[in-house]
Amino acid sequence: MRSRDRFNLGKRALIGLPWLWMAVFFLLPFLFILKLSLSEAALMQPPYLPFIREVSDGMVTMVVNFGNYLLLLEDPLYLNALLNSIEIAAWSTLLTLLVGYPMAYAIAKAPHNWRLPLLMLIILPFWTSFLIRVYAWIGILKNNGLLNNLLIYLGIIDQPLEILYTPTAVYIGIVYSYLPFVILPLYATLIRLDDTLLEAAADLGCPPWKQFLTVTLPLSIPGVIAGTMLVFIPVMGEFVIPDLLGGPNVLMIGKLMWTEFFSNKDWPVASALAAVLLLVLIVPFVLWQHFESRNRESLG
Amino acid sequence: MTLQETPIVQLQQVTKTYGDLYAVDDVSLDIYPGEFFSLLGASGCGKTTLLRMLAGFETPTSGKIFLGGEDVTDLPPYERPLNMMFQSYALFPHLNVADNIAFGLRQERMPKAERDQRVQEMLQLVQIEKLGKRKPHQLSGGQRQRVALARALAKHPKLLLLDEPLGALDKKLREQTQFELVNLQERLGITFIVVTHDQEEAMTMSSRIALMREGRVVQVDAPRRLYEYPNSRYCADFIGSINLFDAEVVKQEDNLVTLKSPDCDQLLQVYHSQPLLEGMTATVAVRPEKVQITENCQPQRSNQLRGVIKEIAYLGDVSVYHVDLPSGKRIQFTQSNVQALAQQPLDWEEEVCLHWQADACNLLLE
Repeated sequence: MRSRDRFNLGKRALIGLPWLWMAVFFLLPFLFILKLSLSEAALMQPPYLPFIREVSDGMVTMVVNFGNYLLLLEDPLYLNALLNSIEIAAWSTLLTLLVGYPMAYAIAKAPHNWRLPLLMLIILPFWTSFLIRVYAWIGILKNNGLLNNLLIYLGIIDQPLEILYTPTAVYIGIVYSYLPFVILPLYATLIRLDDTLLEAAADLGCPPWKQFLTVTLPLSIPGVIAGTMLVFIPVMGEFVIPDLLGGPNVLMIGKLMWTEFFSNKDWPVASALAAVLLLVLIVPFVLWQHFESRNRESLG
Repeated sequence: MTLQETPIVQLQQVTKTYGDLYAVDDVSLDIYPGEFFSLLGASGCGKTTLLRMLAGFETPTSGKIFLGGEDVTDLPPYERPLNMMFQSYALFPHLNVADNIAFGLRQERMPKAERDQRVQEMLQLVQIEKLGKRKPHQLSGGQRQRVALARALAKHPKLLLLDEPLGALDKKLREQTQFELVNLQERLGITFIVVTHDQEEAMTMSSRIALMREGRVVQVDAPRRLYEYPNSRYCADFIGSINLFDAEVVKQEDNLVTLKSPDCDQLLQVYHSQPLLEGMTATVAVRPEKVQITENCQPQRSNQLRGVIKEIAYLGDVSVYHVDLPSGKRIQFTQSNVQALAQQPLDWEEEVCLHWQADACNLLLE
């Protein structure tokens, strides 16, 4: 019995580790943010009023300010930014999946000794700075940039296309930057797919396109969901890409947060925004968790 | 016999090469409706490649395949009027048992009511009525095998290909399932083509067996004929155990051939209808159970050996004796253990005289 107790203790400690990690690096900072979002902005260092203040000699009050959240509700700017972010994140996730799925599929179906080099090509851009890669797109997309010059040179267009500082540029930037996050989990599920299942489907009357729809696609859903999460969540808070490629026309919550924090020096509103964003993201994540555990149950 | 009908499967000089390797080498076969046909051979003999060509997963390098008289050599698998049961079962993990069985019917766009009824029939046929809602991973190996069978039979194919259908089952279950499979095949009247490496399994189930070796078909025959009249050393050796004597033809009178072997003091005699030349070499093959033990050796009797028992293996139903001949050659004979304890059991180092009838052995030319 004693050894079993010790085993249980060890098991608990092991399970406790990630909880501790989450508490220190996620819950605690989040509580700071939450606290900050409930205080008032002020011209001081740091630029907000403390929670607990001394009103007059000896009298101490605690002031909880919901004004920041009310502001987020009142000013349509914030709601628009949120909805806009959701829209951009949703569309770019879909686009990334549409571009990434065929690539992951092709790599999984490639001859054995081709797979690793192809995967390396997908991962290779990660070795240069994200910021530089997004900057490079300015050079490609601007009016007298590589793309427009090429298209004019080829005689396809007379006037340069207005791409930079439009939502299109943001989508291009996001799809480009997040593609590996979709390809890798999809590749991982597709490579595990048993080819005999496709043969069985063929034997039962499915031409190749139907084999894909009835076998490959449903069995790659876990990869699709993982890829979706890996793109949707970070894109929601994306700041660099919309700032560099979207210009002032593209309103996203990440950009707004940056403005509130650094330009307006309104830390409490920025914190309130961060808290709301987290809430918006946690809901789909919990749903995903639910789906995953159910899926794991059904797949053993 | 029904063998006079037109064949349901015809293979004409089918060859499949992978680079220099002849996986299937010039195979011609006719398989008739209602047959339980086995492709038997050691691993790597090309039997699975042959089956996969029938299913349409591989294309022959040369030769033609006909199904029901129609050339299907270049027809993709999804257009072939046959179904296959896979060795790994290949059940769709994301679909439950009923949906797995209904999969092929959906592709045919069978109306739902009819489809549901067919699924029920299939579940009953393989006796897993209660498992329709289960996912494949919730089933035992034997249950999965049944689902795979039901799925392959659901479209009512005229021809069913089975790749090592019992390979993943344990011995007891395998023996039981062998007979079920035969009964099912007889009841449904479907032609079965089974790939197996297990000669006992092939013998139990098949109406005919094609024994394959290195991509070629060595012999095609009913199990009984394959066992009693093997046409080659390979076949004789592969199916069951056998004693082989290299010999030289001394004379042939009518069908009775007399031979001389360095392993035997006495002459060997065997029936063989084809004319042979004096002095040509041949192999005399005799099964262990055809060898009888006699009181004492008689002079001038053919098919007679003297030897010393060196090994005894008691297998319950029979005992296998290994006997060393004076020439140093070791042969086997078996005796069924009719009595619980034989009165005079044979013992190690006992000298015995063995004998068999001329019509109990074969002559192999090769």
